[in-house]
This record gives sequence, C-alpha cells and structure tokens, in this order.
Amino acid sequence: MTLLFFYVMAGTILAGALGVVLVRNTVYAALFLIMSLLGVAGLYILLSSEFLALVQVLVYGGAVMVLLVFALMLTRVHELDKKMSGDQWPLGAVAALALLGAFIGMWTQTDWPRDPDQVTLVPFATIGDALFNRWSVPFEIVSLVLLVALAGAIIIAMQEEGER
Amino acid sequence: MMRAVILAAPSVDALDNPALSALLGLIVITLIMTLGVMFATWYERKAVARMQQRLGPMRVGPWGLLQPIADTLKLVSKEGVRPASADRIAWDLSLAAIFVPAFLVLVAIPFTADWFVSPMDLSLLYILAVGGLSFIGFLLAGWGSDNKYALLGGMRAAAQLISYEIPMILSMLAVVMVVGSADVYRIILYQDVVPLIVWQPLAFIIFLTATIAELERQPFDIPTGESEVAGGVFIEYSGIRWSLFQLTGYVNMYAYSLLGAFVFLGGWEWPFGTDIGWGYQLLLTMVKMALFIVFFLWVRTSFPRLRVDQLMSYAWKVLLPFALAQIFLNGLVLVYDLPDVVLLATSGGGALALCWLVYSVVRVKPRQPLRMVGNVPATAPGSVSG
Repeated sequence: MTLLFFYVMAGTILAGALGVVLVRNTVYAALFLIMSLLGVAGLYILLSSEFLALVQVLVYGGAVMVLLVFALMLTRVHELDKKMSGDQWPLGAVAALALLGAFIGMWTQTDWPRDPDQVTLVPFATIGDALFNRWSVPFEIVSLVLLVALAGAIIIAMQEEGER
Repeated sequence: MMRAVILAAPSVDALDNPALSALLGLIVITLIMTLGVMFATWYERKAVARMQQRLGPMRVGPWGLLQPIADTLKLVSKEGVRPASADRIAWDLSLAAIFVPAFLVLVAIPFTADWFVSPMDLSLLYILAVGGLSFIGFLLAGWGSDNKYALLGGMRAAAQLISYEIPMILSMLAVVMVVGSADVYRIILYQDVVPLIVWQPLAFIIFLTATIAELERQPFDIPTGESEVAGGVFIEYSGIRWSLFQLTGYVNMYAYSLLGAFVFLGGWEWPFGTDIGWGYQLLLTMVKMALFIVFFLWVRTSFPRLRVDQLMSYAWKVLLPFALAQIFLNGLVLVYDLPDVVLLATSGGGALALCWLVYSVVRVKPRQPLRMVGNVPATAPGSVSG
C-alpha cells in the first residue's frame, strides 16, 4: 500500500515537473508546478513528517498563486504559444546541469537508512526547538537576508514607478 | 481520552478499512453541509430582510421555508453556458480547485468530543493550509472566463486572499503559542475554564476581520462587488456551476465560523465540560457557530463596501503590525513565565488600541463651517476620510 502511494506520488511529481518545462502556456505551467509541489507534500506525509507537508502546501499554494499573477500580468494570451528562449540558454543549461550534478553527488554521498522501521519520527516541537534554540543565529541570518531582498525589491519597484 | 474515528452511523465504525470509513465520513459531511447551506441561504435572506425592515421570501412554503428547494431545482435545471472563447481546462478546473479544498477542510474539524472524520496532531495548520489552496481557483476562474471583469475580480481575489491570510495565520499562531499545541482538539480542551477570547481579544478581532475578508463577504466583497466588477470571477458561470461556487462560499462560512467557535469561544468544552454528552456538545457548537454567522450578516447590512486600496493597506499597515506585536508580547509572557493575566492586559490593550485606531480613521468628522472666498468655498467641504 505504501509502495503504491509512493509510485503514485512520484509519478505526480515527475509528470508535473515535465509539464512545467514542456508546456508553452505559462498558466498551465504554473498549474503543473503546483501539481508537482503537492506530490512532494504527499511524499512528506509518506515520510511521517506532516508538519513539512502542511508547510509545503501552505507556502507553495500562495507562491504559485503569486506566480500565476505574474504570468497573467507579464504575458498576453495570444503570445502564450510563442517560443520563449533568449540568448542566455547555454548559461541556463550549464547552471541546470551543475545543479543536477550537485544533487546526484549529494544523493550518492549520503548514507540512506535502508530499513524503514529504523527511521526516527521527529515531532514538530523538536523542529521548532532546533530552529529557534540550537540554530537560532543561522535562522536569524536567513530571515535578515530575506528581509533585505524584500526591501530591495520594493525599492527597485518604487524607483521604476517614479521615473515614469 | 477517547479519540477514535467515529462517524454518523455506529455501523460505519465497525469498518476496518480506514480509506473506506474516511470516504463514508466525507460523503456524510458533504450531504449534511449541502443541506445546511440550503438552509443558510434562506436564513441569510430572512435575516438581512429583517434588518432592512422587509419580509424576505414568503411565498414558497410557510415563511418561505421551501424557497431554497425551489431555488436549487431552478439552478440545477438551468442551462450551463460556457463562453466560446473561454479556456476550457481552466474554466472547469477552477470549480474543482475552489470546491474540493473547502470540503477537505471539514475533515479536520471535531464537531463534538468524539465525532469527527480524522484526528490530526496539526489540525489547525491543516485547516489553514488546505483552505488556502482554493485561492488558485478564483484566479483560474477569472483568467479562464476570458472576460475583463472576471479577470479584474480574479486579480482582486488573489491580492485580497493572500493579504488577509497572513494576519489570520498570525492571529492563530498567537493562540497556538498560548496553548502550546496546533491541534484544534487540544485548543478546545485548553479552554475548559476560560475561553481564549478572554486571554487573546486582539487575536480574536484580527481573526474576525480576516475571516470576513477571506470569505469575501460584505464589506470586504471587493472581488465580487456588483457595482464595480459585476460579480467578479463568477460573471460567466451559470446554472449548476454558479450554484457550486455559491455552495462553496457558504461551506467556507460554516468552516471558518466553526474554527472561530472552537479556537476562541471554547467550542463544546466551555462552559459545561466534556462530560455532558454529544447531543449537548453538538448543540453548543452549533449555537457558537451561529453567533459568528449572525455577526457576519449583521456586518453585511451595517457597513458599506471598502475601496481596494483601503482594504489592502488595512491588512498590511494595521492588522499585520498588531498581529506581530501580539506574537512578540505572547513570547515575552511565555519566556518569563508571567501569569495569564498579563496576556489579557497586553492583548486587551492591543485590542483597544486597534479599535481606537479604526474609529479615529472612519468616524465622521464634524462639519466645518464653509469659509467663503468671494463666491466659492475656500476649501472643499469637510469630507469623510476613509
């Protein structure tokens, strides 16, 4: 039963990911993206980490919505079917391949537990404890970086509006 | 503590298959909710009519009680029209994207102490996360209809729902901090003596405001306002599809009212405790839920619709800072182990400050006598700032 769920979820993730890349229509691509992300949430539930699964749904549900808004505001319906690739595609390919290599490297280096019964369940209070006590300084630094990025985006947007 | 999965019929409990019993539970809840929604439409029309000194539906059945049945028959038998230029996939998918999460939310709601579909450790987070999934459907419906007003309504819905989700989650987070659990069941049990509305009035006010915005009810019905976007995302939908959208709106209203009743008013636990039997518990839950619904109707008839920019700045500049301040003060109370009365003092002070702020902005300023320069007024007559 668990194995069946795993294959369903993995199929959903792969189909969604392929759809994001292959479909020309930006709105459909965003829809495939949320299909893929929901599949990942399903995998988290299989791994008994409900907290991660729910946060995945909560965060990426909103994120895909904002992505859809951008897709609607920056593209036009009759331009959706046009091929969209610029001169920078070799750079993009190199970056994507490098990331793939990094993931494969990480996957081979990690010592995965073979026995599913040995997997320790982490209650979400422990996650909070680790984030806010043990790793509070890195956590704060990450928050600060995000805040700076947010402020920077607002400042850039405000300048563009003032120039008009 | 008894936390077995018990469904409407005792025979269902005997089923060993969890998938089958969950499916049956979903079917039962969907049927009950659909009937409840039919009654809610009647009650809303009656209550609003009463507040506006009208009679409301009176013709079909005694006091118009059979009106929702007649309406349902009419809507189901109506022809469903789809615009030729509409995007077929987005048009149909948007229905499911709005409809399914609204009912999935009900899975985690404990109607009485031992009458719910599925127990969960993180049920509050589940309700907020799954409920938030339906936002995409509004945008899809707006875009898929290929209609300018629908797209405008969809964009407004996207902005409004995302914005008000944040203060709502933060107000819930404040409660979770006080209780120490994100399980709705635990939160209800925590309120056996004093309901959480006493300890966290500021979070309650923020939750109530954000709920009205999330439900897109008046005065926050900006995405569907008739006079501005002519019905918004639902403009091209007719017949059974339109009624599904309406049904979902009412189911969401029930779900958020139940959530408010459980988290802030003590649900079935306060004031009589767990041992009074499931019948009284269900009654208590329903009465508290009805309080919220009556409040929503009351607000609907009392306040005019806000402007888009007023709505957005209220969420980001007023509700969000107050919610963050509430969480910070709760953290201080938790870290220094202060007594619960401090919670009441800080949160109550915040609630008073929020109310004063809103009042000072929206109150009608006394009229200034006109200063005439020649034949024209020197300044514009005292306007109502908003």
